[in-house]
Amino acid sequence: MNQDLLTICYLLGSITFIIGLKMLSNPATARKGNLLAAAGMTIAILGTIFLYKDVETGYLNNYAWIFAGLIIGAIIGTLAAKKVKMTAMPEMVSLFNGMGGACAALISIVEFNHLSKELISNPNPLFIPHEQPTVFIIVVGLIIGSVSFAGSMIAWGKLNGKVKDFSFKGQNILNLFLLALAILSAVYLVMNPLQHNLLYVILVLSLIYGIFFVMPIGGADMPVVISLLNSFTGVAAACGGFLYNNKVMLTGGILVGAAGTLLTILMCKAMNRSLKNVLIGSFGGNAQTSATGPVSQGLYKEISLSDTAMIMSYATKVMIVPGYGLAVAQAQHACHELEKILTEKGVEVKYAIHPVAGRMPGHMNVLLAEADVSYDNLLEMEKANDEFPTTDVVFILGANDVVNPAAKNDPTSPIYGMPILDVELAKTIVVNKRSMKPGYAGIENELFFKPKTSMLFGDAKKVLQDLCIEIKSV
Amino acid sequence: MQSILHFITINQPIIYTVILMIFVGIEIIEKVPSVLHTPLMSGANAIHGVVIIGAIIVMGKAEPDNYLALALGFIAVVLGTLNVVGGFVVTDRMLEMFKKKKK
Repeated sequence: MNQDLLTICYLLGSITFIIGLKMLSNPATARKGNLLAAAGMTIAILGTIFLYKDVETGYLNNYAWIFAGLIIGAIIGTLAAKKVKMTAMPEMVSLFNGMGGACAALISIVEFNHLSKELISNPNPLFIPHEQPTVFIIVVGLIIGSVSFAGSMIAWGKLNGKVKDFSFKGQNILNLFLLALAILSAVYLVMNPLQHNLLYVILVLSLIYGIFFVMPIGGADMPVVISLLNSFTGVAAACGGFLYNNKVMLTGGILVGAAGTLLTILMCKAMNRSLKNVLIGSFGGNAQTSATGPVSQGLYKEISLSDTAMIMSYATKVMIVPGYGLAVAQAQHACHELEKILTEKGVEVKYAIHPVAGRMPGHMNVLLAEADVSYDNLLEMEKANDEFPTTDVVFILGANDVVNPAAKNDPTSPIYGMPILDVELAKTIVVNKRSMKPGYAGIENELFFKPKTSMLFGDAKKVLQDLCIEIKSV
Repeated sequence: MQSILHFITINQPIIYTVILMIFVGIEIIEKVPSVLHTPLMSGANAIHGVVIIGAIIVMGKAEPDNYLALALGFIAVVLGTLNVVGGFVVTDRMLEMFKKKKK
């Protein structure tokens, strides 16, 4: 009876994972989908604790330890997730992903230990070949879980600025060598399961590989890497599912493994870069500056605060293009103030959101939502591009590469091919930056030197606040 | 060769599950608007926290004198819970922003 109930629990878990994930792909149902999946997870966990029965050892023991672990994890997890700033969300995703990977690796270690003891004590020579598939699953789970853990920790460090980009010549070859060594050791271990110390060698190799895998990749590419590591942890969870013949671990794990992989590919497409390029090619921003170096392509015009206030107040439509600079300056509230003041004057204000503006997809949306900007005023790239021809003033706030025409015109540019916001179609363009220094891609932006463009230098927050004052007096 | 084919036949149910889940995962993600990429990644992150069930089983099966299993199992449960709880709470926070404006 209890085993039947447990089956239902796992079935419910699997179903809620699938439906929940589906609901997460639509803004209207996303929040409920998350709650649904959480509910299913809870059922699966509670079912396991009370109903799981192992053939040899019976029902589960050590309830005190289990509940202590659950409570501690839940308290720390909730506090950490609730207290962290909105802009730190992607690094939290990476942190928790690493926790999952570590969990999978630890499971592998304990189970291998257990299996080792059995293999040593069991004189039957047929036992070893019989258990080899199990050893294989354990080792695969260990490698994937460890790589995911180490990589996720590095990604977490990169996103909160504690870890710098680090790469050296021949690193790709070293990485492949480490991976090959880990895999060969794994194969050897499956052939000779009694060599149990080899497991720890594989563990260390995998951890080092995980670190070196993520180390050279730049901060702006981290979301792609995190998505990939996310799917790795999913596969590691699935390995646990194979190990215990546990259907809910299997479904959840494979679901995330497949969905995560496709999501990674979609993220790459939005940047118009191949996954290979993200993982292996350095973006060329920090390690090597682009071939020509920072060379001014001519003269740029500056515009004063009062002139900017003037053209905005008398405009019919103003489009704001937010970028990473806005987040850095924490100027989203001042930006909303500007929007409100202009709207009061009868100016139509909209925001053009490029899919990779900022440091993660949706970064700008979250930033502006924090400042209570209405979701309806945010335009996706295609819709924004349709509206630029009828826009009087485009106000670029800390965005750079996403409005760089080189993506369309210059085949030698590192950003060539990336879809951009066609701000040039508008009547006037005002660019707010702190200086003429290049953006993330490390290249000059020819937009700044075009006849319709003027530069409004200054810290975004101060500029926006001063602009509001000026506009009020127009 | 024959043993591989035989392996597939014996493990048919699991193989079907894996293949179908891969298709389901791909189908679900295909039409996601780019603005939801990050919350979706976070939600998927929470879901793979289902690995905690393995940790619970490990802890539950550990004999009282097997200190390694108890210690590692305990840590695994804590880490797994962090993944699950942290994951779902972070995803909820990300989605809070979308709830107020878009009903």
